[in-house]
Amino acid sequence: MAVSHVEGTSVGAVAQESTWEGNVEELRGLVSDRALTGETMLLNMGPHHPSTHGVLRLLLELDGEQIVTCLPDVGFLHTGIEKNIEAKTYEKGVTLTDRMDYLSPMSNNMVFCLAIEKLVDLDVPARAQVIRVICLELSRISSHLVWLGTHALDLGAMSVFLYAFREREMILNMFEMLSGQRLMGSYFRPGGVWRDLTPDFLPTLEKFLDYFPAKIDDYESLLTNNPLWIDRTQGIGVVEPEDALAWGMSGPSLRGSGVNWDIRKAMPYSGYEQYDFHVPLGEHGDVYDRFFIRILELRESVKIIRQAIQKLPGGPFRSQNRKFVPPPRAELGQSMEAVIHHFKLWTEGFSAPDAEVYVSVESPRGEIGCYLHGTGGNKPRRVHFKTPSYMHIGALPVMTKDHFIADLVAIIGSVDIVLGDCDR
Amino acid sequence: MGVVTTTLDTAVNWARTGAMWPLLFGLACCAIEMMATQASDYDLSRFGMELNRASPRQSDLIIVAGRVTRKMAPVVRQLYDQMASPKWVIAMGDCASCGGVYNNYAVVQGVDEIIPVDVYIAGCPPRPEQLIHGILTLHEKIKGDSLRNAVYVKELA
Amino acid sequence: MDIPKALNPVEALKNALPDAVADVVEFRDETTIVVDPTKIRSVMQFLRDTSGLIYNFLSDISAVDYWDQSYNYDINKRFGVSYHIYSMLYNRRLRVKVYLPEEAPTVESVTSIWPAANWLEREIIDMMGVKFVGHPDPRRVLMPEDWEGYPHRRDYPLGYETIQFSFNVEEIIKHKPLAKE
Repeated sequence: MAVSHVEGTSVGAVAQESTWEGNVEELRGLVSDRALTGETMLLNMGPHHPSTHGVLRLLLELDGEQIVTCLPDVGFLHTGIEKNIEAKTYEKGVTLTDRMDYLSPMSNNMVFCLAIEKLVDLDVPARAQVIRVICLELSRISSHLVWLGTHALDLGAMSVFLYAFREREMILNMFEMLSGQRLMGSYFRPGGVWRDLTPDFLPTLEKFLDYFPAKIDDYESLLTNNPLWIDRTQGIGVVEPEDALAWGMSGPSLRGSGVNWDIRKAMPYSGYEQYDFHVPLGEHGDVYDRFFIRILELRESVKIIRQAIQKLPGGPFRSQNRKFVPPPRAELGQSMEAVIHHFKLWTEGFSAPDAEVYVSVESPRGEIGCYLHGTGGNKPRRVHFKTPSYMHIGALPVMTKDHFIADLVAIIGSVDIVLGDCDR
Repeated sequence: MGVVTTTLDTAVNWARTGAMWPLLFGLACCAIEMMATQASDYDLSRFGMELNRASPRQSDLIIVAGRVTRKMAPVVRQLYDQMASPKWVIAMGDCASCGGVYNNYAVVQGVDEIIPVDVYIAGCPPRPEQLIHGILTLHEKIKGDSLRNAVYVKELA
Repeated sequence: MDIPKALNPVEALKNALPDAVADVVEFRDETTIVVDPTKIRSVMQFLRDTSGLIYNFLSDISAVDYWDQSYNYDINKRFGVSYHIYSMLYNRRLRVKVYLPEEAPTVESVTSIWPAANWLEREIIDMMGVKFVGHPDPRRVLMPEDWEGYPHRRDYPLGYETIQFSFNVEEIIKHKPLAKE
């Protein structure tokens, strides 16, 4: 795939002989004055472009091959998920959150469920918490694998993509065992998870954990010391830690600049404080560091899952609080009260107080936050998701300044954007 | 030396189904399953489709993988218009087929409001097997086509 | 390195800017300081730069609309804008909230304090129609440029279309604007 192959749906335009329908004057103040006189070139990249990882549109002002300004234009995937959740009861909303960050649906489920649990003060049993950690770390691995494959593909390494997807299929098969769906499982529910682990899940998982670390070595042998890869990534897209904080970056992209902030460590949720793992940090804040941190995170995730299997307790997989969690099927034939709870929960849903909470979790991309405001009734007044991709795309102008256009692709890949996560 | 006799229609349709190049065009979640279909496990190149063209000018098939929003709709239409005939459309997933779970202000309720669709694939997102089945269904449809009925031939006449 | 002792943000703010704090709400261990919308910039500057507070990371800005179908809401407090700020040094969060009136909801932009606010505020401009004075780039971000209305306001319709089933398929196909070649 040619990196510099710019395929826009509206054509790139030089100021004087422009086939672009918009008026250059509209961009005054956003691009440099040299673009208005036609001294620099305005080039449109996207929204349909092979290496923007979705439907991102960038308006680039180029001086030769150097980027002077980069104006991201998002919203091509704005789906109205937040508004749709306002029209649904709390439990039904979980289904919609899956489809925001479609590379790691479990993280979205997690943050929304945590927000609901905090708003209504619902307990989560220990077994459910450990199952959640296993799923979160598995989805971190699967998300990083897609990132690794596509990022390498953007920079011309085709085979990594095929290897990464081979391992990812195994994880998706395990998700299918749990939830019946490969990607959008909606497996986490307020108060726990949808159902218990299936009998063949743990053996499959252990087989995968034995198999996977060797494969990480394979990816590393293809990329980490590859001179071509190093040339394309080292010293590119350097973000100083102050800039990264000021622009609200989070996750591996922030840690690549050396800022030690991982929500799993700083504000543990779902029992993350009981696991022994290491948060990898970068030094230079360039594309290579962000790449290498994610590779190390793959290994850390394997470590966390191994510990989780060790400490997986017995007991219920969902809260026993019948006001919020429907009774199991077996109880319905025996108890009138169970039938009433079941009916109430599946028709009206549960009510939450008229108050606001904010929770955040560490998704594979960074801090994903959920602001949830109840009405006192069965539907939320407002749900707002703070998503890492949105912040990272907002910071793209800073990261790409004075870089060559071919490096833009490397920088976009390195912050791991997902447009569904950005536009919601 | 054996002699093969066939009709022109059969020969052309065989060629068209044998190397149908899809447009490298993903919108949302379904695009991830589309990538999985092209990757190692499901290997779409068995059907002559390993070559994803990044340019609409070089592609025969557009797989609309994901929700089409009101902001994206003109772009999708323009991509379709830029493709050379004969061209086919697969609406992959519930969102592209009918709006799916997003019955709201932002999402177009089915991509068939913007571009004519040949095959709809249900599922949210569809499994790779479902996508392959949809593609094979499209192949069946193409094999039933006749050059005489093709829209672009009428346009030329 | 010596880390200065953590201060209580509510008390510190009340001492420094006594007329800015309107209310303090505690819910599920989250502190919300309701402040005067005209003083939001000085409040934020204070919270970020005072030693002992150092809320250096802006996590989120989210807006909420208190509109009600039965018009049972305070016209002067229709919109709420919540700033979720985080202190990496002391590992704690704080919510600063302003209430804005229905007529001309306007608040000062905090972009000069945190550049991250740029896009977060743009989203609210786009979705809620709240004006941020001093915002460097107040264009729409998610919706198309020519979109009318602010979709995330509570009085904006969800935009529901009738779902197609086999019993009503003919009726819907009649009105559906199907595309031509």
